[in-house]
Amino acid sequence: MNEARLLAGRDLAMGAEGIAEHVRRLGRMPAAGKSLIDLLARSGLTGRGGAAYPVGLKWRSVAAESHGSAVIVVNGAEGEPHSKKDRLLMTTRPHLILDGAFLAAAALRARQVILYIGEEHYAARQSMSRALAERTAEERRLVRIVAAPARYVAGNSSAAVHLINAGIATPTTTPPSSHERGVDGAPTLVQNVETLAHVAIIARTGQPTGTVLVTMAGGVNRPGVLEVKTGITVGEAVELAGGAPEAAQAVLVGGYFGQWIEAGQGWVLPVDPEALRAHGLTLGCGVIGVLPASRCAVCEVTGIMRYLANESSAQCGPCFFGLRALADACTRIAQRGTDPNDLLRLQRWASEVRGRGGCHHPDGAVMFLQSALKTFAGEFSHHPAHMRRSA
Amino acid sequence: MSTTVLWYATRGAGAVSLILLSSVVVLGILSALRVQAAGWPRFLTTGLHRNLALMTLVFLGLHIVTAVVDPFTHLGWLTAVVPFSSYYRTFWLGLGTIAFELLLAIVVTSLARPWLGHATWRLVHWLTYASWPIAVIHGLGTGTDTWSAWLFVLTALCIGAVLAAVAYRLMADSPDPLAEQRSVFQSAVERREPPR
Amino acid sequence: MTKRFELRVDRIRCDGRGLCAEILPERIRLDDWGYPIIAEGPIPDHLLPLAQRVVEDCPVLALGLRRVDSRTRSSR
Repeated sequence: MNEARLLAGRDLAMGAEGIAEHVRRLGRMPAAGKSLIDLLARSGLTGRGGAAYPVGLKWRSVAAESHGSAVIVVNGAEGEPHSKKDRLLMTTRPHLILDGAFLAAAALRARQVILYIGEEHYAARQSMSRALAERTAEERRLVRIVAAPARYVAGNSSAAVHLINAGIATPTTTPPSSHERGVDGAPTLVQNVETLAHVAIIARTGQPTGTVLVTMAGGVNRPGVLEVKTGITVGEAVELAGGAPEAAQAVLVGGYFGQWIEAGQGWVLPVDPEALRAHGLTLGCGVIGVLPASRCAVCEVTGIMRYLANESSAQCGPCFFGLRALADACTRIAQRGTDPNDLLRLQRWASEVRGRGGCHHPDGAVMFLQSALKTFAGEFSHHPAHMRRSA
Repeated sequence: MSTTVLWYATRGAGAVSLILLSSVVVLGILSALRVQAAGWPRFLTTGLHRNLALMTLVFLGLHIVTAVVDPFTHLGWLTAVVPFSSYYRTFWLGLGTIAFELLLAIVVTSLARPWLGHATWRLVHWLTYASWPIAVIHGLGTGTDTWSAWLFVLTALCIGAVLAAVAYRLMADSPDPLAEQRSVFQSAVERREPPR
Repeated sequence: MTKRFELRVDRIRCDGRGLCAEILPERIRLDDWGYPIIAEGPIPDHLLPLAQRVVEDCPVLALGLRRVDSRTRSSR
């Protein structure tokens, strides 16, 4: 593997790479200007926070509004329960992230950089603080750290801006959007930490790393974060994670806002944001979950639906009541066995709830459920009465 | 025009204004509580509320004009807009002026709501709970020496209706089904100082 | 060329009062919890006055009319 990988350098178990080593390995941070935005657009880099929005386009829209007032929000909230990649980057390669942030600040003429880090992610926060202390006074002056509440929705871009502005991390629908008027009314870029790490590499080498970070979870021998070449298959990623101790029945690609695929088809899927999109799928936040054959799919799905329903910010009726009703119907099927009325209700409510929330939380949950109903159609239609939930 | 006719017109228009205003307040409370029944859609409650409010202004206008025009009261047009500026029953009439102006502010902001936005409109609308009691006290004060049984009964009914509606509103749960859940969630995602 | 409009709702402002579905049942129905489901696509011309009324009468001003052009994506 070449040196341009995000996780190249010292052993990850040895903790954060300091600035001296970082500069020795990769060279000084280059100057940034408008040319960086063009470079990013040409590289095809898309966001690694879940939405996979083209980075060049995003930066262009903020640059168009910025007159030296822009704000960069470095999104390290990582609200997805199984995802660990953002924390790993923050605790081992903080200077890659900071480089990306300061490059953005220069290219977009920002006067503020906000590190948005999960309030319970102490190691990540400490690592980023220490790394910040190693930067120049000019850079440090721009930065402050804001704690993200430990809820799923806190990682949402508008929720992050809302917390910074008004102290509450709930998504907002009030126009205009944050790239026009975000933090303190200024044009704001909200970018995931992994994306910024990729920017730091592209700015130096002119080329993307050709890799992505994924978190392997569930039925694999070595769950955790892997940096893999874009385009390897899910099956190959599973092998890199030590293989699966037992046969798998299905794969969840993209975490809780992703999709379930039956194992045979899932194993050959490419771990590549663009290629997955062509399949109508999404890599999302990079969580790939393997469901062993011995687990009860319906009960697993029910547990996740209950979680997603509880994480609704209760601002929109269709999301709060709809996800709750869907989770309750799943629970009834899980605990009491299949009732055809519940199956009909699941289909009806899922199609009614989709697209009717103020943010994409209900959409993510509904698409997760619809993929489960398709992949586990047999299990849902013939579920006996039990409730087995794995830890 | 005979001064007696004007005087009766003033009192009559005043009484009708009071009934209308009280109905408007009650309907407003019922709207906020999202009251609905078979065959009585919600837009009917809000529609009546709005139309009766406009009617109230019409009768108030009549009430004010007949009072000012009546030579017996020696009121100038100024007393309709400047509180406590009349020689005749200064205090009680002044209250009437205040109630009228509050109502005018409420109606104007309601008509301009699409441009003012919901938040401003709502803030001004709370003034209803000042305007109505001031109007009632104005009515009681200006009419004390010429009271009749029917006016007394009318006023009592209006007060009773509004107080009942207000009590109902205070005792009822929030009509917004998400109100409690929303605040529970918001306290979970409020900014907290991160531990050192 | 006549302008076409579609109804848009601010989902966070909306708190399920349901007047919209009473006034314009041809385009709006309520889900199981009282929140509006709006038919996709531009509003037929003969229903535009009612659509304007719906926008004005919403107690929380959650609805709006947006001009539709070929680039606009409809939502519910």
